[in-house]
Amino acid sequence: MPKVTWVLGNGKEITAEVPVGHNMMEAAVAHNVPDVIGECGGCLSCATCHVFVDPAWFAKTGGPSEMESDMLEITMVDRQATSRLSCQIISAAELDGLILKVPRL
Amino acid sequence: MPDPIIIIGAGQAGVSLAARLRALGYDGPLLMLGEEPVPPYQRPPLSKKYMSGELDLPRLLIRPESWYGEQDIELRLSAPVAALSPRERRVILGDGSELRYAKLALTTGARPRRLPASVGGDLAGVFTIRNLADVDSLTPAVVPGKALLVVGGGYIGLEAAAVAAAKGLRVILVEMAPRILQRVACQLTADYFRELHGRHGVVIRESAGLRELLGAGGRLTGALMADGSLIEADLAVIGIGITPNDDLAQGAGLAVENGILVDGSCRSSVEEIFAAGDCANFPWHGQRTRLESVQNAIEQAEHAAAAMLGASGDYDPVPWFWSDQYDVKLQIAGLSRGYDDAVLRSGKREGSQSVWYFAGDRLIAVDSKNDALAYAFGKKIIEAGRSIPKAVAADPAADLKSWAMGTGR
Repeated sequence: MPKVTWVLGNGKEITAEVPVGHNMMEAAVAHNVPDVIGECGGCLSCATCHVFVDPAWFAKTGGPSEMESDMLEITMVDRQATSRLSCQIISAAELDGLILKVPRL
Repeated sequence: MPDPIIIIGAGQAGVSLAARLRALGYDGPLLMLGEEPVPPYQRPPLSKKYMSGELDLPRLLIRPESWYGEQDIELRLSAPVAALSPRERRVILGDGSELRYAKLALTTGARPRRLPASVGGDLAGVFTIRNLADVDSLTPAVVPGKALLVVGGGYIGLEAAAVAAAKGLRVILVEMAPRILQRVACQLTADYFRELHGRHGVVIRESAGLRELLGAGGRLTGALMADGSLIEADLAVIGIGITPNDDLAQGAGLAVENGILVDGSCRSSVEEIFAAGDCANFPWHGQRTRLESVQNAIEQAEHAAAAMLGASGDYDPVPWFWSDQYDVKLQIAGLSRGYDDAVLRSGKREGSQSVWYFAGDRLIAVDSKNDALAYAFGKKIIEAGRSIPKAVAADPAADLKSWAMGTGR
């Protein structure tokens, strides 16, 4: 099962297995990663699941869709080059080892 | 051992309140009582991804089952509460047992309005959409080719119509008011959705009062309308609004009117009892207000949690809401209550547009259809307490971003 690591603002790391097909927001909530919330349940309506994809992984995750990019305009922390809404990153074999940085709120 | 904080109602507001209490450092005993047999779950996907099978129950849960024990929260399911005794600070459960509390939070939500039995409301084949149990019983009946009658042109009704039409049912939706979404959106938005549903074969009848549902052998066969016309139906979804669950509070002598009356700190008429979410009626911009949304369930509950631990300050949200119908995402920021002008802005793509609601010169709400950018910037402007000239709202070439950032001119 793909393993994902969230790096928090204070440097602490949380690593967990994320079943293929699950999204990174629901995985973060399931593993108590702070500050990744997902108020809208993962349907691009709230922008509260914002993460920065580790640059080394950005080619694999890809960039945001147009609508996702629109919603990235209202994240609580300003967007950066590798910003994604984590509900739109779906776990897959090629994302085994993915590193996501959680913006400090 | 101190008395616990007890939360009655294990839904979105309940779990958000519990999570915030722990996050704010409350480490005393915390007990959540839910009348359903499942831990808190998300309602929006019930009629969509859950019904289609894309999401199973574990993924519908707002927090995994293990979270409650990890957070030292006692979660009791299938545990209805029969009464409250504020004077003694006790909760009396359905099984007769009693629990003392130090503080109490009522996050009891709301129940769907049903048609009375006298007009066929209890016929087999008539459904509401609120709980997991509702959708579990509805799903087998949603079969291609069947005739579905949707009663009510609000979000529940329109979403049900969309799901059913996409599955190949023949759908007729009847709305008593002159237009769908009467309470919550303007004519422009009603027109947009009427056309959208029409393109998918859904028949929408407005100013259409239902006289009664008809049945044979206890099972729905159709409906008799106020104008005397008959509609055939194999099943019906009733989406005519929700009633706040304020009966426990009322029975205990708390002030209720369209929900449990609370102040800006979510405190009820009894000092140690708070309320939040669909069941709570709070003062907002000079009016008693009860918001029905996931946003309010979460944010009001979090405000209540802070207040229970001594924080001051009024709950002053920027409400937001969404609805998914077919491939259209409706997103709403602010509350259009009291608007006197609605300005249409075309979006970049076919079918995308937004409507900007004004009260005088002040922007109070935005609703967008497949125009997340308009929603995003409108929300930012409203949150900042700023406004935007109507001409800018109407001009698709105008740069909304600068107005959202406060540098617009």
